[in-house]
Amino acid sequence: MYPQEFLYTKEHEWIRVDEQIGTIGITDHAQKELGDIVYVELPKSGEHVAAGESFGTVESVKAVSEIYAPVSGEVTAVNPKLQNNPETLNSDPHGEGWLIQIRLSERSEIEKLMTADEYEAYLQKEKST
Amino acid sequence: MAAPTGVALKRTALNSLHKALGAKMVEFGGWEMPVEYSGIIQEHLAVRQAAGLFDVSHMGEIEVSGPRALPLLQYITCNDASRLKDFQAQYSALMLPKGSAIDDCVVHRWGEDHYFLCVNAANTERDFDWIVQHNAVGAELRNVSAEYAQLALQGPRALEIISKVTPTSVAGLEYYWFCRARCCDVEGILARTGYTGEDGFEFYFPVAESAKVWNTLLEAGRPEGLVPAGLGARNTLRLEAGYPLYGHELDEDTSLFEANLGWIVKLEKGEFMGRDALVEQRARGIRKKLVGFEMRDRGIARDGYAVYIEGKAAGHVASGSYAPFLKKNIGMAYIPPSLAKVGREIEVEIRGKMAGAQVVPLPFYRRTK
Repeated sequence: MYPQEFLYTKEHEWIRVDEQIGTIGITDHAQKELGDIVYVELPKSGEHVAAGESFGTVESVKAVSEIYAPVSGEVTAVNPKLQNNPETLNSDPHGEGWLIQIRLSERSEIEKLMTADEYEAYLQKEKST
Repeated sequence: MAAPTGVALKRTALNSLHKALGAKMVEFGGWEMPVEYSGIIQEHLAVRQAAGLFDVSHMGEIEVSGPRALPLLQYITCNDASRLKDFQAQYSALMLPKGSAIDDCVVHRWGEDHYFLCVNAANTERDFDWIVQHNAVGAELRNVSAEYAQLALQGPRALEIISKVTPTSVAGLEYYWFCRARCCDVEGILARTGYTGEDGFEFYFPVAESAKVWNTLLEAGRPEGLVPAGLGARNTLRLEAGYPLYGHELDEDTSLFEANLGWIVKLEKGEFMGRDALVEQRARGIRKKLVGFEMRDRGIARDGYAVYIEGKAAGHVASGSYAPFLKKNIGMAYIPPSLAKVGREIEVEIRGKMAGAQVVPLPFYRRTK
Protein backbone atom coordinates (compact mmCIF):
# COMPACT_ATOMS: atom_id res chain seq x y z
CA MET A 1 0.00 0.00 0.00
CA TYR A 2 2.55 2.58 1.15
CA PRO A 3 5.61 2.71 -1.14
CA GLN A 4 8.81 1.61 0.58
CA GLU A 5 10.85 4.29 -1.19
CA PHE A 6 8.81 7.11 0.39
CA LEU A 7 9.23 8.68 3.81
CA TYR A 8 6.19 9.84 5.81
CA THR A 9 5.07 12.45 8.32
CA LYS A 10 2.63 12.23 11.22
CA GLU A 11 0.46 14.75 9.33
CA HIS A 12 0.12 12.23 6.48
CA GLU A 13 2.42 13.68 3.85
CA TRP A 14 4.93 11.60 1.91
CA ILE A 15 8.23 12.56 0.30
CA ARG A 16 10.37 10.72 -2.21
CA VAL A 17 13.95 11.95 -2.22
CA ASP A 18 16.20 11.60 -5.27
CA GLU A 19 19.56 13.22 -4.58
CA GLN A 20 18.68 16.79 -3.59
CA ILE A 21 15.15 16.82 -5.05
CA GLY A 22 12.16 15.77 -2.99
CA THR A 23 8.70 15.08 -4.41
CA ILE A 24 5.92 15.68 -1.87
CA GLY A 25 2.32 14.49 -1.70
CA ILE A 26 -0.39 13.44 0.73
CA THR A 27 -0.92 9.81 1.67
CA ASP A 28 -3.73 7.53 0.64
CA HIS A 29 -4.93 7.64 4.25
CA ALA A 30 -5.10 11.45 4.08
CA GLN A 31 -7.14 11.50 0.86
CA LYS A 32 -9.56 8.94 2.27
CA GLU A 33 -10.05 10.97 5.42
CA LEU A 34 -10.69 14.14 3.43
CA GLY A 35 -13.12 12.68 0.92
CA ASP A 36 -13.72 14.26 -2.51
CA ILE A 37 -10.97 16.82 -3.05
CA VAL A 38 -12.13 19.88 -4.97
CA TYR A 39 -9.46 22.52 -4.45
CA VAL A 40 -5.72 22.63 -3.90
CA GLU A 41 -3.68 25.72 -3.04
CA LEU A 42 0.07 25.41 -3.47
CA PRO A 43 3.13 27.69 -3.37
CA LYS A 44 4.84 28.85 -6.56
CA SER A 45 8.19 27.71 -7.87
CA GLY A 46 10.99 29.60 -6.14
CA GLU A 47 9.20 29.93 -2.82
CA HIS A 48 10.65 28.38 0.31
CA VAL A 49 8.97 25.83 2.50
CA ALA A 50 10.10 25.02 6.02
CA ALA A 51 10.00 21.61 7.70
CA GLY A 52 6.86 21.21 9.79
CA GLU A 53 5.25 24.38 8.47
CA SER A 54 2.14 24.65 6.34
CA PHE A 55 2.86 25.26 2.66
CA GLY A 56 -0.62 24.91 1.22
CA THR A 57 -4.13 23.62 1.66
CA VAL A 58 -6.21 20.80 0.29
CA GLU A 59 -9.98 21.19 0.41
CA SER A 60 -12.60 18.52 0.11
CA VAL A 61 -16.29 19.28 -0.24
CA LYS A 62 -16.56 19.17 3.53
CA ALA A 63 -13.24 20.29 4.97
CA VAL A 64 -10.08 22.38 4.65
CA SER A 65 -6.79 20.72 5.52
CA GLU A 66 -3.32 22.25 5.77
CA ILE A 67 -0.39 20.48 4.18
CA TYR A 68 2.92 20.52 6.06
CA ALA A 69 6.38 20.33 4.55
CA PRO A 70 8.23 17.15 5.59
CA VAL A 71 11.56 18.94 5.09
CA SER A 72 12.78 22.43 4.19
CA GLY A 73 13.69 23.63 0.72
CA GLU A 74 12.94 25.68 -2.34
CA VAL A 75 10.01 24.78 -4.57
CA THR A 76 11.28 23.68 -8.01
CA ALA A 77 8.02 22.37 -9.51
CA VAL A 78 4.29 22.42 -8.81
CA ASN A 79 2.01 19.73 -10.20
CA PRO A 80 0.21 21.57 -13.04
CA LYS A 81 -2.58 19.01 -13.18
CA LEU A 82 -4.09 19.78 -9.81
CA GLN A 83 -5.59 23.18 -10.53
CA ASN A 84 -8.10 21.74 -12.97
CA ASN A 85 -8.12 18.15 -11.76
CA PRO A 86 -7.87 18.18 -7.97
CA GLU A 87 -9.63 14.79 -7.89
CA THR A 88 -6.30 13.30 -9.03
CA LEU A 89 -5.37 13.52 -5.36
CA ASN A 90 -8.11 10.99 -4.60
CA SER A 91 -7.45 8.67 -7.51
CA ASP A 92 -3.65 8.51 -7.37
CA PRO A 93 -2.29 10.18 -4.22
CA HIS A 94 1.11 8.45 -4.39
CA GLY A 95 1.64 9.03 -8.13
CA GLU A 96 -0.09 11.48 -10.47
CA GLY A 97 -1.42 13.38 -7.47
CA TRP A 98 1.99 14.61 -6.24
CA LEU A 99 1.89 18.22 -5.04
CA ILE A 100 5.28 19.89 -5.30
CA GLN A 101 8.98 19.20 -5.80
CA ILE A 102 11.58 20.95 -3.70
CA ARG A 103 15.36 21.25 -3.58
CA LEU A 104 16.23 20.13 -0.05
CA SER A 105 18.17 22.67 1.99
CA GLU A 106 18.74 20.44 5.05
CA ARG A 107 19.04 16.87 3.88
CA SER A 108 19.51 15.62 7.43
CA GLU A 109 15.87 16.52 8.16
CA ILE A 110 14.75 13.34 6.41
CA GLU A 111 16.13 11.33 9.31
CA LYS A 112 13.19 12.43 11.44
CA LEU A 113 10.61 11.02 9.02
CA MET A 114 8.95 7.62 9.17
CA THR A 115 9.59 4.70 6.87
CA ALA A 116 6.62 2.98 5.20
CA ASP A 117 6.55 0.30 7.89
CA GLU A 118 6.72 2.87 10.66
CA TYR A 119 3.95 4.88 9.01
CA GLU A 120 1.68 1.86 8.74
CA ALA A 121 2.28 1.05 12.39
CA TYR A 122 1.53 4.69 13.20
CA LEU A 123 -1.78 4.48 11.29
CA GLN A 124 -2.71 1.34 13.21
CA LYS A 125 -1.98 3.10 16.46
CA GLU A 126 -4.00 6.18 15.43
CA LYS A 127 -6.91 3.96 14.48
CA SER A 128 -7.00 2.20 17.83
CA THR A 129 -7.05 5.38 19.90
CA MET B 1 -20.40 21.65 16.23
CA ALA B 2 -18.69 19.65 18.96
CA ALA B 3 -20.57 17.37 21.30
CA PRO B 4 -20.49 18.36 24.93
CA THR B 5 -17.64 16.35 26.42
CA GLY B 6 -18.61 13.34 28.43
CA VAL B 7 -22.01 13.04 26.74
CA ALA B 8 -22.47 9.92 24.65
CA LEU B 9 -23.64 10.55 21.10
CA LYS B 10 -27.09 9.37 20.21
CA ARG B 11 -27.38 6.82 17.45
CA THR B 12 -30.20 6.05 15.08
CA ALA B 13 -31.41 2.47 14.75
CA LEU B 14 -29.48 2.24 11.45
CA ASN B 15 -26.09 3.11 12.94
CA SER B 16 -24.53 -0.33 12.42
CA LEU B 17 -25.98 -0.62 8.91
CA HIS B 18 -24.39 2.70 7.97
CA LYS B 19 -21.05 1.49 9.25
CA ALA B 20 -21.44 -1.81 7.39
CA LEU B 21 -22.02 0.21 4.20
CA GLY B 22 -18.67 1.91 4.81
CA ALA B 23 -20.08 5.25 5.91
CA LYS B 24 -17.82 7.82 7.45
CA MET B 25 -19.53 8.87 10.69
CA VAL B 26 -19.53 12.34 12.23
CA GLU B 27 -21.09 14.13 15.16
CA PHE B 28 -24.10 16.26 14.22
CA GLY B 29 -26.41 17.89 16.73
CA GLY B 30 -25.53 15.37 19.42
CA TRP B 31 -25.93 12.40 17.06
CA GLU B 32 -23.44 10.10 15.38
CA MET B 33 -24.54 10.29 11.75
CA PRO B 34 -23.24 9.14 8.35
CA VAL B 35 -21.62 12.08 6.52
CA GLU B 36 -20.83 10.09 3.37
CA TYR B 37 -20.75 6.57 1.96
CA SER B 38 -19.30 6.53 -1.58
CA GLY B 39 -18.38 10.22 -1.56
CA ILE B 40 -20.31 13.48 -1.26
CA ILE B 41 -20.05 14.35 -4.96
CA GLN B 42 -21.32 10.99 -6.18
CA GLU B 43 -24.18 10.99 -3.65
CA HIS B 44 -25.11 14.58 -4.50
CA LEU B 45 -25.21 13.81 -8.23
CA ALA B 46 -27.24 10.65 -7.62
CA VAL B 47 -29.91 12.73 -5.90
CA ARG B 48 -29.98 15.27 -8.75
CA GLN B 49 -30.06 12.59 -11.47
CA ALA B 50 -31.61 9.46 -9.91
CA ALA B 51 -32.27 9.15 -6.18
CA GLY B 52 -30.68 9.08 -2.76
CA LEU B 53 -31.83 7.61 0.55
CA PHE B 54 -31.05 9.55 3.74
CA ASP B 55 -31.43 8.38 7.32
CA VAL B 56 -32.85 11.46 9.00
CA SER B 57 -34.11 9.68 12.09
CA HIS B 58 -32.25 12.22 14.21
CA MET B 59 -34.89 14.82 13.31
CA GLY B 60 -37.37 15.52 16.11
CA GLU B 61 -41.13 15.01 16.05
CA ILE B 62 -43.52 16.84 18.36
CA GLU B 63 -47.25 16.13 18.52
CA VAL B 64 -49.66 18.94 19.31
CA SER B 65 -53.24 17.86 19.89
CA GLY B 66 -56.52 18.64 21.60
CA PRO B 67 -59.00 21.46 21.11
CA ARG B 68 -56.31 24.05 21.91
CA ALA B 69 -53.77 22.67 19.43
CA LEU B 70 -54.43 25.24 16.72
CA PRO B 71 -54.44 28.27 19.06
CA LEU B 72 -51.07 27.15 20.46
CA LEU B 73 -49.56 26.67 17.00
CA GLN B 74 -50.90 30.03 15.88
CA TYR B 75 -49.19 31.63 18.86
CA ILE B 76 -45.84 29.84 18.75
CA THR B 77 -45.25 29.71 14.96
CA CYS B 78 -45.16 32.53 12.39
CA ASN B 79 -46.94 30.87 9.47
CA ASP B 80 -50.73 30.60 9.43
CA ALA B 81 -51.53 27.05 10.50
CA SER B 82 -55.27 27.77 10.17
CA ARG B 83 -54.81 27.64 6.40
CA LEU B 84 -53.80 23.99 6.54
CA LYS B 85 -56.21 21.33 5.41
CA ASP B 86 -56.15 17.78 6.76
CA PHE B 87 -53.03 15.95 5.54
CA GLN B 88 -51.35 19.14 4.43
CA ALA B 89 -47.92 20.32 5.61
CA GLN B 90 -46.45 23.79 5.96
CA TYR B 91 -42.95 25.16 6.36
CA SER B 92 -42.88 27.42 9.41
CA ALA B 93 -40.77 28.55 12.34
CA LEU B 94 -41.01 28.34 16.13
CA MET B 95 -40.66 31.92 17.25
CA LEU B 96 -38.83 33.94 19.87
CA PRO B 97 -40.12 37.32 21.10
CA LYS B 98 -37.50 39.26 19.13
CA GLY B 99 -38.77 38.04 15.76
CA SER B 100 -36.15 35.37 15.25
CA ALA B 101 -36.64 31.61 15.19
CA ILE B 102 -35.74 29.17 17.94
CA ASP B 103 -36.01 26.62 15.11
CA ASP B 104 -37.53 26.14 11.69
CA CYS B 105 -40.00 23.31 11.28
CA VAL B 106 -42.61 21.61 9.15
CA VAL B 107 -46.13 21.59 10.59
CA HIS B 108 -48.30 18.65 9.49
CA ARG B 109 -52.04 18.67 10.09
CA TRP B 110 -53.79 15.35 10.73
CA GLY B 111 -57.05 17.03 11.66
CA GLU B 112 -58.42 20.15 13.26
CA ASP B 113 -57.11 19.13 16.67
CA HIS B 114 -54.09 17.02 15.77
CA TYR B 115 -50.77 18.21 14.34
CA PHE B 116 -47.20 17.03 14.32
CA LEU B 117 -44.08 19.12 13.88
CA CYS B 118 -40.81 17.96 12.39
CA VAL B 119 -37.94 19.93 13.96
CA ASN B 120 -34.14 19.94 13.89
CA ALA B 121 -32.32 17.23 15.84
CA ALA B 122 -30.05 19.55 17.78
CA ASN B 123 -32.97 21.75 18.85
CA THR B 124 -35.63 19.16 19.64
CA GLU B 125 -35.48 19.27 23.42
CA ARG B 126 -35.11 23.02 23.57
CA ASP B 127 -38.03 23.42 21.11
CA PHE B 128 -40.21 21.10 23.16
CA ASP B 129 -39.41 22.90 26.42
CA TRP B 130 -40.11 26.25 24.76
CA ILE B 131 -43.49 25.12 23.47
CA VAL B 132 -44.41 23.61 26.85
CA GLN B 133 -43.40 26.83 28.57
CA HIS B 134 -45.68 28.89 26.32
CA ASN B 135 -48.59 26.52 26.29
CA ALA B 136 -50.86 28.80 28.29
CA VAL B 137 -53.86 27.70 26.24
CA GLY B 138 -53.50 24.07 27.35
CA ALA B 139 -52.83 22.03 24.23
CA GLU B 140 -51.64 18.45 24.62
CA LEU B 141 -47.96 18.08 23.82
CA ARG B 142 -45.82 15.02 23.28
CA ASN B 143 -42.20 14.76 22.23
CA VAL B 144 -42.44 11.58 20.14
CA SER B 145 -38.97 11.85 18.58
CA ALA B 146 -37.77 8.58 20.07
CA GLU B 147 -40.72 6.67 18.61
CA TYR B 148 -40.19 7.67 14.99
CA ALA B 149 -37.57 6.81 12.45
CA GLN B 150 -37.48 9.03 9.38
CA LEU B 151 -36.05 8.28 5.96
CA ALA B 152 -35.88 10.77 3.10
CA LEU B 153 -36.05 9.36 -0.42
CA GLN B 154 -35.08 12.19 -2.75
CA GLY B 155 -34.51 12.60 -6.46
CA PRO B 156 -36.26 12.46 -9.84
CA ARG B 157 -36.70 8.67 -9.56
CA ALA B 158 -38.16 8.82 -6.03
CA LEU B 159 -41.75 8.43 -7.17
CA GLU B 160 -40.96 5.32 -9.23
CA ILE B 161 -39.08 3.79 -6.33
CA ILE B 162 -41.64 4.51 -3.63
CA SER B 163 -44.39 3.19 -5.92
CA LYS B 164 -42.69 -0.22 -5.89
CA VAL B 165 -42.92 -0.57 -2.12
CA THR B 166 -46.36 0.82 -1.32
CA PRO B 167 -49.85 -0.23 -2.47
CA THR B 168 -50.97 3.37 -1.87
CA SER B 169 -51.19 5.47 -5.00
CA VAL B 170 -48.79 8.31 -4.31
CA ALA B 171 -48.43 9.86 -7.77
CA GLY B 172 -51.29 12.24 -6.94
CA LEU B 173 -49.82 13.24 -3.59
CA GLU B 174 -48.85 16.86 -4.06
CA TYR B 175 -45.82 18.72 -2.76
CA TYR B 176 -46.25 19.45 0.96
CA TRP B 177 -49.11 16.99 1.42
CA PHE B 178 -48.91 13.67 3.26
CA CYS B 179 -50.89 10.50 3.84
CA ARG B 180 -50.98 7.40 5.98
CA ALA B 181 -49.26 4.73 3.95
CA ARG B 182 -47.93 1.23 4.20
CA CYS B 183 -44.41 1.27 2.76
CA CYS B 184 -42.15 -1.79 2.77
CA ASP B 185 -44.88 -3.48 4.82
CA VAL B 186 -44.64 -0.86 7.55
CA GLU B 187 -47.41 1.58 8.52
CA GLY B 188 -46.28 5.16 8.65
CA ILE B 189 -46.67 8.71 7.46
CA LEU B 190 -45.57 9.45 3.91
CA ALA B 191 -45.02 13.11 3.08
CA ARG B 192 -44.05 14.67 -0.24
CA THR B 193 -41.44 16.89 1.34
CA GLY B 194 -37.68 17.16 1.37
CA TYR B 195 -34.60 19.28 1.78
CA THR B 196 -32.69 18.71 -1.44
CA GLY B 197 -34.43 20.76 -4.13
CA GLU B 198 -35.67 17.56 -5.79
CA ASP B 199 -38.96 15.75 -5.82
CA GLY B 200 -39.13 13.19 -3.06
CA PHE B 201 -40.72 11.72 0.02
CA GLU B 202 -40.12 11.60 3.72
CA PHE B 203 -41.41 8.53 5.54
CA TYR B 204 -42.00 8.56 9.31
CA PHE B 205 -42.52 5.15 10.90
CA PRO B 206 -41.93 3.16 14.11
CA VAL B 207 -38.25 3.12 14.93
CA ALA B 208 -38.16 -0.69 15.42
CA GLU B 209 -38.83 -1.14 11.69
CA SER B 210 -35.84 0.98 10.63
CA ALA B 211 -33.67 -1.77 9.13
CA LYS B 212 -36.54 -3.33 7.23
CA VAL B 213 -37.58 -0.08 5.57
CA TRP B 214 -34.01 1.00 4.85
CA ASN B 215 -32.98 -2.31 3.29
CA THR B 216 -36.19 -2.76 1.31
CA LEU B 217 -35.98 0.72 -0.15
CA LEU B 218 -32.30 0.42 -1.07
CA GLU B 219 -32.97 -2.91 -2.75
CA ALA B 220 -36.09 -1.69 -4.58
CA GLY B 221 -34.34 1.42 -5.82
CA ARG B 222 -31.09 -0.13 -6.98
CA PRO B 223 -32.23 -0.53 -10.63
CA GLU B 224 -33.17 3.17 -10.65
CA GLY B 225 -29.76 4.19 -9.34
CA LEU B 226 -30.70 4.77 -5.71
CA VAL B 227 -27.73 5.15 -3.36
CA PRO B 228 -27.47 5.78 0.38
CA ALA B 229 -26.62 9.44 0.93
CA GLY B 230 -25.18 11.15 3.98
CA LEU B 231 -25.34 14.50 5.70
CA GLY B 232 -22.53 15.85 3.52
CA ALA B 233 -24.64 15.58 0.36
CA ARG B 234 -27.72 16.70 2.27
CA ASN B 235 -25.89 19.91 3.09
CA THR B 236 -24.57 20.62 -0.42
CA LEU B 237 -27.98 19.78 -1.93
CA ARG B 238 -29.86 22.15 0.38
CA LEU B 239 -27.27 24.85 -0.24
CA GLU B 240 -27.69 24.62 -4.03
CA ALA B 241 -31.45 24.80 -3.45
CA GLY B 242 -30.98 27.89 -1.27
CA TYR B 243 -32.61 26.38 1.81
CA PRO B 244 -31.61 27.69 5.23
CA LEU B 245 -29.95 25.48 7.85
CA TYR B 246 -30.54 26.35 11.48
CA GLY B 247 -27.30 27.51 13.08
CA HIS B 248 -26.08 28.90 9.75
CA GLU B 249 -28.68 31.04 7.96
CA LEU B 250 -30.98 31.04 10.98
CA ASP B 251 -30.26 31.73 14.62
CA GLU B 252 -31.63 33.65 17.58
CA ASP B 253 -30.18 36.93 16.34
CA THR B 254 -31.57 36.76 12.81
CA SER B 255 -35.10 37.84 12.03
CA LEU B 256 -37.11 35.89 9.51
CA PHE B 257 -37.20 38.92 7.21
CA GLU B 258 -33.42 39.07 7.22
CA ALA B 259 -33.27 35.38 6.28
CA ASN B 260 -35.59 35.91 3.26
CA LEU B 261 -38.33 34.03 5.09
CA GLY B 262 -40.91 36.80 4.96
CA TRP B 263 -43.05 34.40 2.91
CA ILE B 264 -43.71 32.27 6.01
CA VAL B 265 -44.50 35.29 8.22
CA LYS B 266 -48.24 35.94 8.30
CA LEU B 267 -48.60 39.20 10.24
CA GLU B 268 -52.28 39.40 9.35
CA LYS B 269 -53.17 36.15 11.18
CA GLY B 270 -53.26 37.92 14.54
CA GLU B 271 -51.07 37.96 17.64
CA PHE B 272 -48.12 35.58 17.77
CA MET B 273 -44.74 35.34 19.46
CA GLY B 274 -42.34 37.80 17.88
CA ARG B 275 -44.99 39.58 15.82
CA ASP B 276 -44.43 42.96 17.46
CA ALA B 277 -40.72 42.83 16.73
CA LEU B 278 -41.39 41.86 13.12
CA VAL B 279 -43.94 44.64 12.67
CA GLU B 280 -41.45 47.12 14.05
CA GLN B 281 -38.71 45.77 11.81
CA ARG B 282 -40.96 46.01 8.78
CA ALA B 283 -41.36 49.73 9.53
CA ARG B 284 -37.74 50.43 10.44
CA GLY B 285 -36.00 48.08 8.04
CA ILE B 286 -33.83 45.01 8.43
CA ARG B 287 -30.26 45.15 9.72
CA LYS B 288 -28.75 42.57 7.37
CA LYS B 289 -29.87 40.50 4.43
CA LEU B 290 -29.12 37.00 3.27
CA VAL B 291 -27.78 36.82 -0.29
CA GLY B 292 -26.38 34.12 -2.53
CA PHE B 293 -22.92 34.53 -4.02
CA GLU B 294 -20.62 32.76 -6.44
CA MET B 295 -16.88 32.86 -6.14
CA ARG B 296 -15.20 34.59 -9.07
CA ASP B 297 -11.65 34.00 -7.85
CA ARG B 298 -10.35 30.56 -6.95
CA GLY B 299 -11.09 29.40 -3.43
CA ILE B 300 -13.96 28.07 -1.39
CA ALA B 301 -15.81 30.32 1.03
CA ARG B 302 -16.56 28.47 4.25
CA ASP B 303 -19.04 29.08 7.03
CA GLY B 304 -18.04 32.04 9.16
CA TYR B 305 -15.54 33.64 6.77
CA ALA B 306 -15.60 37.45 6.73
CA VAL B 307 -17.14 39.32 3.79
CA TYR B 308 -15.83 42.69 2.61
CA ILE B 309 -17.41 45.17 0.25
CA GLU B 310 -15.31 48.00 -1.19
CA GLY B 311 -12.61 47.23 1.32
CA LYS B 312 -14.85 47.39 4.38
CA ALA B 313 -15.97 44.57 6.65
CA ALA B 314 -19.57 43.97 5.60
CA GLY B 315 -20.73 40.65 7.00
CA HIS B 316 -20.03 36.95 7.06
CA VAL B 317 -20.57 33.74 5.16
CA ALA B 318 -23.50 31.73 6.58
CA SER B 319 -22.82 28.63 4.46
CA GLY B 320 -20.26 28.05 1.74
CA SER B 321 -19.11 25.07 -0.25
CA TYR B 322 -18.17 23.62 -3.55
CA ALA B 323 -21.48 22.88 -5.31
CA PRO B 324 -21.17 19.43 -6.90
CA PHE B 325 -23.99 19.74 -9.45
CA LEU B 326 -23.32 23.36 -10.46
CA LYS B 327 -19.56 22.74 -10.28
CA LYS B 328 -19.02 26.18 -8.78
CA ASN B 329 -17.96 27.52 -5.41
CA ILE B 330 -21.05 29.10 -3.90
CA GLY B 331 -22.35 30.38 -0.61
CA MET B 332 -24.90 32.43 1.26
CA ALA B 333 -23.83 35.47 3.25
CA TYR B 334 -25.30 38.17 5.44
CA ILE B 335 -24.47 41.68 4.22
CA PRO B 336 -26.00 45.16 4.73
CA PRO B 337 -29.40 45.36 2.99
CA SER B 338 -28.39 48.52 1.11
CA LEU B 339 -25.57 46.58 -0.57
CA ALA B 340 -27.54 43.40 -1.22
CA LYS B 341 -27.97 43.72 -4.98
CA VAL B 342 -27.57 40.98 -7.55
CA GLY B 343 -24.38 41.59 -9.46
CA ARG B 344 -22.56 43.35 -6.63
CA GLU B 345 -18.91 42.44 -6.28
CA ILE B 346 -17.93 41.27 -2.82
CA GLU B 347 -14.80 39.79 -1.33
CA VAL B 348 -14.46 36.84 0.98
CA GLU B 349 -11.46 36.61 3.26
CA ILE B 350 -10.05 33.12 2.82
CA ARG B 351 -7.18 32.39 5.20
CA GLY B 352 -6.00 35.98 5.21
CA LYS B 353 -6.41 36.64 1.48
CA MET B 354 -9.25 38.40 -0.31
CA ALA B 355 -11.03 36.41 -2.98
CA GLY B 356 -13.56 38.02 -5.32
CA ALA B 357 -17.17 36.87 -5.47
CA GLN B 358 -20.43 38.20 -6.85
CA VAL B 359 -23.97 38.36 -5.49
CA VAL B 360 -26.27 36.12 -7.55
CA PRO B 361 -29.99 35.33 -7.35
CA LEU B 362 -31.26 32.59 -5.01
CA PRO B 363 -31.80 29.72 -5.36
CA PHE B 364 -28.64 28.63 -7.14
CA TYR B 365 -30.44 25.57 -8.44
CA ARG B 366 -34.07 24.95 -9.34
CA ARG B 367 -35.18 21.65 -10.76
CA THR B 368 -36.91 21.51 -14.11
CA LYS B 369 -40.31 19.90 -13.72
